[in-house]
Amino acid sequence: MIETHLSLLIVVIPLLAAPVIAVLPNGRLPWFISTLVVWIVFVLSCWQLINIQGGDIISYELGGWAPPWGIEYRIDAANALVALIVAGIAAISLPYALQSVIKEIPLKQHSLFYAALMLCFTGLLGITQTGDIFNLFVFLEISSLSSYTLISMGKQRQSLTAAYQYLIMGTIGATFFLIGVGLLYAMTGTLNMADLAQRLPDLYNHQTIHTAFAFIMVGIALKLALFPLHLWLPNAYTYAPSIVTIFLAATATKVAVYVMLRVFFSVFDYSFIQASPTDELFLLLCVMGILFMSFFAIYQTDAKRLLAYSSVAQIGYMMVGLALGSMLSVTGTLVHLFNHALMKGALFMAVGAIVYRIGSSRIEHFAGLGKQMPWTFAAIVMGGLSLIGVPGTAGFISKWYLVLAAIEKQYWFLVIVILLGSLLAVIYVWKMVEVLYFKPQGDVSIQTVKEAPLSLLIPTWILVIANVYFGFNTELTVGTAQQAVALLLSGAVK
Amino acid sequence: MLDYFIGHYNYWMVIIIMMAGFYTVISRGNLIKKIAGLNIFQVSVFLLYVSIGTIEGGAAPIIEESVKLYSNPLPHVLILTAIVVGVSTTALGLALVVRIKEAYGTIEEDEIHNQDHSL
Repeated sequence: MIETHLSLLIVVIPLLAAPVIAVLPNGRLPWFISTLVVWIVFVLSCWQLINIQGGDIISYELGGWAPPWGIEYRIDAANALVALIVAGIAAISLPYALQSVIKEIPLKQHSLFYAALMLCFTGLLGITQTGDIFNLFVFLEISSLSSYTLISMGKQRQSLTAAYQYLIMGTIGATFFLIGVGLLYAMTGTLNMADLAQRLPDLYNHQTIHTAFAFIMVGIALKLALFPLHLWLPNAYTYAPSIVTIFLAATATKVAVYVMLRVFFSVFDYSFIQASPTDELFLLLCVMGILFMSFFAIYQTDAKRLLAYSSVAQIGYMMVGLALGSMLSVTGTLVHLFNHALMKGALFMAVGAIVYRIGSSRIEHFAGLGKQMPWTFAAIVMGGLSLIGVPGTAGFISKWYLVLAAIEKQYWFLVIVILLGSLLAVIYVWKMVEVLYFKPQGDVSIQTVKEAPLSLLIPTWILVIANVYFGFNTELTVGTAQQAVALLLSGAVK
Repeated sequence: MLDYFIGHYNYWMVIIIMMAGFYTVISRGNLIKKIAGLNIFQVSVFLLYVSIGTIEGGAAPIIEESVKLYSNPLPHVLILTAIVVGVSTTALGLALVVRIKEAYGTIEEDEIHNQDHSL
């Protein structure tokens, strides 16, 4: 019974939980219910991933309406992996939320906060599960609207303007996506992605299809903060409450990259992308994004903003893999999707733990904290090493695949850019480490700062250990990614 | 030639409204005017969808013996969803503007920027 409706339950459980949580009294109960829901969904998404092992595809018809008329949830290895990332990060970060939320958000807003978080969770999972492109738009808006709300709950007043800025840019992006979907529907008469993939090749010469493609690309690029459409991201990540930054940094942009992947390889096919200047354009933007954003990160004075710029650079890496479009490179993208969620999750959690203790994320205020908070400091070092891509960490695996893919295509400049990006990462990670450990403690108040509470440290260290674990054992990440890529590139999804 | 222009009247209107809305979002410094622009921008897309679904002389899709030609109801249904999304976006945007006004005492972009270099 559960197994037949598995794909739907993953979306419906958090959706139904949201209004229930909203009417609960403030206190610990909303947190408890959310954690319970998130863990149930996590177990279900693991189950789903096991079910699709071996190249199976789950097709679920909503309300019993057969596709392409009804909405279809279509799960293959790519969906299942991304759903697992979203559910896994949520399952680890929710225990972290309890203390962090009590500190950062007024008590009277707690149940509404968790309700918004559940809606955001629903939206992100819905995007990964659905096989219908209009349904995808609806889930995109569910997740976006709730993340605007979540970002605006930050302590400083800048969080309001950051949320507003994101709302304007996010809505423009979503509306562009909607225009593209409308044009595709006008040409093909279908919204089902698998059905679109069958009908589109005959129309590839038609100008409307190219226009639709351009609108969809720009729309998603805004959502995933591809350079130079990333302007909303640094402010949003800097001023949002810590837990929101952790959750969004580790999941929201990843899901947007997944949407790009679907549109690239499942709705259109790579020959269409190559025939248009898209792949060269994306390569150019990614290269510029990796270099400029890593440079920008070096000059930041706020730890959260530094990591936000680094995120934009890392999104560049993921998109490089898509633009190259080979077996190796797309595997690299999917693995980096997973690994980047782990490393940025760990880093934002560690910075969040410092913010929890000193109430500021400015790097100058961190002076000498490494000795007061040794475990948090060690987590930043380990997360940073993974971000740089040191062998033995998860970050190394994904960059390795991307470099291999670039060598395979003989794009030598790209190999240099990827390595240069890692060197720049050394500088900005060092910048935090230096202040944390080697600067003398400036303030007397700093000397009384204690190590972060265990409820913050344990989730952080679970992610840190995951970073090391997936640096050695690549069966889950690379194995599943290869299955997904085999399906995507062979056109078996059609 | 003239037929081409008149025949595609809806679509020309879509483009004009879209550009007017988009331009307002980009060029105006007043936060409420930006939201209004965003709204106009979205409305143009609603119009696009409704135009796609309509057939000249087509009736509403209710099974009736005398009617042979039906309009496609699906784009209209889709756009109902999109309208709901648009309404909630506008509501959320305006709510944020109210909070910004409380926090900064102004809703002009440049004045907010002068206060703490955000936005």
